[in-house]
Amino acid sequence: MLKRLFIFFTLILVAAIFSDVALNYSEHTELSRLAQHYASKGPEELGAANLVTSVVVTYRGLDTLGEVTVLFISAAGVGLMLRRRKHPDTVVPARKPASELVETAARLLMPMVFVFGVYVFANGHLTPGGGFQGGAIIASGVLLLLLAMPQAQLSHRLIGFTESLSGFSYVVVGVLGIVLAGGFLDNRILPLGSFGSLFSAGAIPIIYVFVGLKVGSELSAVVDRFRSDESKPEL
Amino acid sequence: MTGLPVSTYVLSTGLALILIGLWGLLMQKNIIRMIIGFSLVDTGIHMVMIAIGYVTGGTAPIIDSAVPIKDAATRVVDPVPSALVLTAIVIGLGVTAVMLSYAVNIYREKKSLSIDDCSESKW
Repeated sequence: MLKRLFIFFTLILVAAIFSDVALNYSEHTELSRLAQHYASKGPEELGAANLVTSVVVTYRGLDTLGEVTVLFISAAGVGLMLRRRKHPDTVVPARKPASELVETAARLLMPMVFVFGVYVFANGHLTPGGGFQGGAIIASGVLLLLLAMPQAQLSHRLIGFTESLSGFSYVVVGVLGIVLAGGFLDNRILPLGSFGSLFSAGAIPIIYVFVGLKVGSELSAVVDRFRSDESKPEL
Repeated sequence: MTGLPVSTYVLSTGLALILIGLWGLLMQKNIIRMIIGFSLVDTGIHMVMIAIGYVTGGTAPIIDSAVPIKDAATRVVDPVPSALVLTAIVIGLGVTAVMLSYAVNIYREKKSLSIDDCSESKW
């Protein structure tokens, strides 16, 4: 009872802080100076039509590298904690296979989902989207596959290879920025191209393709790990 | 335009979500519900950040025929909070995945998802 009282008071106090924030909030009418610089100089400096992308990939590119690292560590942690036992002590009854309708629809949709994911991360510098979103779409395609065909085996070698190759290439592109342009992860190692076309904005599309492949393979590995043990009895 | 500016609603909803999520984290006994509470806090923080980045009458920070380069500084919303939220969503997903795998392991060990059954590290 005392505990509930404390929780209640904690929430009341937090709510008091929040109400102060909400009541004294006034909408901005103009951008901050930093954002003004990004909005007015960003398109000329980096050639990316999507300003969020230019912030994520180049101006704050180091943060994004750290973010990809965090995602990698969490995928590795999930893999470590949910590693499959050799002799599961509980026997889960085999699941009924999905109906033919579901399987056929999944087979039909899978390539389209993948192509859409690639489209989203390859156009990240032009339209809303980018590496993380495209990677999540690819992983959702893998999730669809695993739901429709629980017996399906993902090639862990392929996932691991894609993941490490794209992570390595991301860092290589970043280091090339130090050698060929202004600094780490500078996108001007390649010509900026004509503004608004697919091959523009220097290295941004290349970095986003690597990020998309990396995120897609990591999330696929995470989704695969959350499957129940029964789908892989031989391990 | 009448009434409160639109970002005030987003901000208040975000703050309310944070409160609901905190309540869930503190009051619920089921680990899965606590993780849901954490996700609510996460989403609430994203909404607050997006609301703070909004500029009156602004549009998405993407340069195209509707927003020419010379108008960009006056017509778009702040791209920095959007970029931060993009980062935060991915980090939140990673953290949630790790928490859920802890929950799976706890269930394997104890055959229960109640936090009351995890009393070893209680002081």
